[in-house]
Parts: sequence; C-alpha cells; structure tokens
Amino acid sequence: MTDKGTWTLKKGLAEMLKGGVIMDVTTPEQAKIAEEAGACAVMALERVPADIRAAGGVARMADPTVVTKIVDAVTIPVMAKARIGHFVEAQILESLGVDYIDESEVLTPADEQFHINKHEFRVPFVCGARNLGEALRRIGEGAAMIRTKGEPGTGNVVEAVRHMRMVMAEIRLVQNMPEEELMTFAKSIGAPYDLVLQVKELGRLPVVNFAAGGIATPADAALMMQLGCDGIFVGSGIFKSKDPEARAKAIVAATTHYNDSKLLAEVSKGLGEAMPGLDISQIPDVERMQERGW
Amino acid sequence: MRVGVLALQGAFIEHEKILKELGCETIQVRKKEQLEEIDGLIIPGGESTTIGKLMEEFELAEGIKKRAKEGMPVFGTCAGLILIANDIFECSQPRLGLMNIVAHRNAFGRQVDSFETDLDVKGLGDQPLRAVFIRAPYIKEAGEGVDVLAMHDDKIVLARQGNIMAAAFHPELTDDTRIHSMFIDLIEESLNSQQSSAK
Repeated sequence: MTDKGTWTLKKGLAEMLKGGVIMDVTTPEQAKIAEEAGACAVMALERVPADIRAAGGVARMADPTVVTKIVDAVTIPVMAKARIGHFVEAQILESLGVDYIDESEVLTPADEQFHINKHEFRVPFVCGARNLGEALRRIGEGAAMIRTKGEPGTGNVVEAVRHMRMVMAEIRLVQNMPEEELMTFAKSIGAPYDLVLQVKELGRLPVVNFAAGGIATPADAALMMQLGCDGIFVGSGIFKSKDPEARAKAIVAATTHYNDSKLLAEVSKGLGEAMPGLDISQIPDVERMQERGW
Repeated sequence: MRVGVLALQGAFIEHEKILKELGCETIQVRKKEQLEEIDGLIIPGGESTTIGKLMEEFELAEGIKKRAKEGMPVFGTCAGLILIANDIFECSQPRLGLMNIVAHRNAFGRQVDSFETDLDVKGLGDQPLRAVFIRAPYIKEAGEGVDVLAMHDDKIVLARQGNIMAAAFHPELTDDTRIHSMFIDLIEESLNSQQSSAK
C-alpha cells in the first residue's frame, strides 16, 4: 500500500535537513547563492525579518510569484512562511508545491487564539517555540519540526540561546521526574500528556529541533549546535551582511564542524561586516516577535 | 567491525542507531583521516548538494574514492545514492562516481509527493519491505555489473555493484533492519577476503 503525507514522511524530511543551514532568501538570485554556498534548504520570503521589523505594518505571506520563482530556481527544498492561524495562506503555499511551511511569528498573526491545525495538511510544518510547553503544543497540533523563536531580525543570538537552554533544561527535568509527577507537570506547562511521556522516553523532543532568530556569525551557529540543536535557520544574518556568499559558506562549514574550534577560527576570518545588531532591551515589548503565538 | 557514517549533513544519527542495534561499532566521519579507521561507510540522506560541497571542501571525496577502489563497502541512501552515481541526470553537481548508474534527482516530485510503500526486495524472501521515499531520486539507468535488487513503478530503487550499494529510500527511518544487515554482510565478505588474501 502506498501512502502520502504520513507523519513519518513529514518528520522524515526534517531529519534530512539536520546538521544543515536553512537560509532566508527574497529572490531567485539569492536562492542560487544560498544553494551554491551549501544551504540544505531556503526560506522564500518577500522581505527578511530585519526589513519587516523596519517597515512595520502588517506582514503577510509572500506573493506567490516570488515563491514560485524561488521554487523553480533551486533543487533544494523550499520553505515559506504563513501567518500564525492563517490556514488559507497555508493552503495556498501547499498548492504552490513548497516543501515545508513555517507558521511564523515573523509575520503578523492572523489569529490571536488558535494556531493552524497542521494535521490536515499533506505538507509538513515547522513552528517556533520558547519553551517545552510551547514546543509540545505545536507538535500536538501537527508540527513536524520545531525551531527556537529567538528574536528575528536582530542579529542578536541572546534570545535563541535563552529558548534553546529553556527547552533543554525542561527536557532534563522531565527525564529525572518520577512518572507520578508527569501529569501535573504537563498541566503546569500546558503540554499534551502523551507528548510529555514521549519526551521522557526519548530524552529529547519527538521531532527535529532547529535554532532560529538572531544567528549572524559562524560562531553563533556553532554555539547553538553545541547547546544541542539539530540545525540552523539564518534569516537576515546572511543577506544583510557585507559579503553574503562568504558568510553563507562559513556558517554552513561551522554548522558541520561545530566542535572544531581551529576550523571555526579559520572559517570566521575575513568575512567582512556582519549585519548590524539590535539590543533586545531597545525593542519595546509590543514589537517583540517572540511574544506572538502562545 | 567499525562502520563510518558520513556526518557532514543529514540523517546520520539514525543510521548509527540501527548499526549499533545490529552490534556494529560506529563513528561519525567528518575528516579525511577517519576514512582509514573504518571497514565500511554509509553516505546518508540529506541534501546531496550540501554534502557534495562539504565533501570537496574538506577533501573527503578523494579518500572515499580510494577506499572504495580498495574494496571497502560503501552504501548510499537517497542523497547518498546521488553522490555515489557515475552520472546525475541533467546535473553537474559534485559526485564520487563509484557505481555504474545514472541517478535522477527529486525524480518523484516535491515533498507533497513523498510516499511510503511496500517493496519486494531480491534476497529478502516473501516479507515485503516498508520503504520511505522523501523527495527521492531513482536509478534512471543501471549499467554493466549492476545488480538490481528492487523496483517501484518500473523504476530501480535498490541496487548493488560489487562492494557498492545504493537505495533511493530511507532504511534508517523504519524499524526493519534487513537492508542494514545486507550491508553488514557485504562488509563481512570484504573483511574475510582481505584476511584470506593476507594469508
């Protein structure tokens, strides 16, 4: 019997992306640069998060023309973003043939209460999370891949570190917890009980867990890998830097050889200026993208 | 027996898990020196362009070709199949050229067309094999010396040529360990023949 859109297939594609770098691109030319540099996938966008942040207003799904051009330009998987809760944007992206949908806080949420029911789609979804409860709620809704939220468009890795450490700490907590405490713990973090049980059994999230939101240098990527994530999203960090090609290549190498400090030193040399960074305390609470979704 | 899994990018941990279950020692291969320490190598699924570029950048390609020529068994799955092919259909990306096949990339379509199915595999008896195809390639042409082991919809999805094996699907994503066992048998064969030639 032949089956499509199964959980194994959705989760499986994320497994194939592990140890790799997924790069934000806004044009077919950028997509080609990313592929040439060794990206394992690209995220097709109309604007990178730094520009979305600067522009303000409502940020929506990219124009299908942009997405289709990028899909046609590269042979690696193409992801695209839909607004939180905007299941019609997701339906449109699925029909365009994108390989993964990011239900993303980078765009302005379309629903303040409910995320998309991701089980209903054949295309797999990735969602952002700041802690274990949020990650397991998204998986419960059908997300086949998780990433940290971090704080997109800042070039500041501090929030991604906070979110990765939080998820890892809570996983360790669950592992050491006796069974009778797990239901109360599940209630306290607002997570589905069966997924908490899976975390205890596996000692990790039941799906692939990437880092995202503020990664700008090869050292940032290696830091996130050493903290235990499975791979890296780089948003504004590449095409907002002085030399995108060199930086993209260096971040790919750093993600593979994240434990080799000599090599990390080598690939970090002479990359030119990184994207300008933003101090998180300078961003008013209402403009923090990580607070979107629940 | 020590089996290396090329760990530049992709699903290398899943292969390691199954190999360990079957009693093998495993290492994650990221450097060319490590190629001298192993009895067999798996090139896993992932993005073939990414793995291919990293393989050239960190000078692993020459080492793998040399070891394969000496008779070390190499098994490529999905992206790995593309990388070990002599030729890739309409594509100029880096490859190892270890097997007399033409690989066709993303040949079944995009992720929404990815599928699971049951395969009849030569040498595995009546029990079908559940196979997971993710943005999978297939073998468009198999040349001289290539033994076709499984087909799906008239397309070659599992094959062997001497010490080299290639699968278009992901045996590391299911609980069925028979394909990995086939590869371990290949490694045992090669170790035995080395011993007898040393005598």
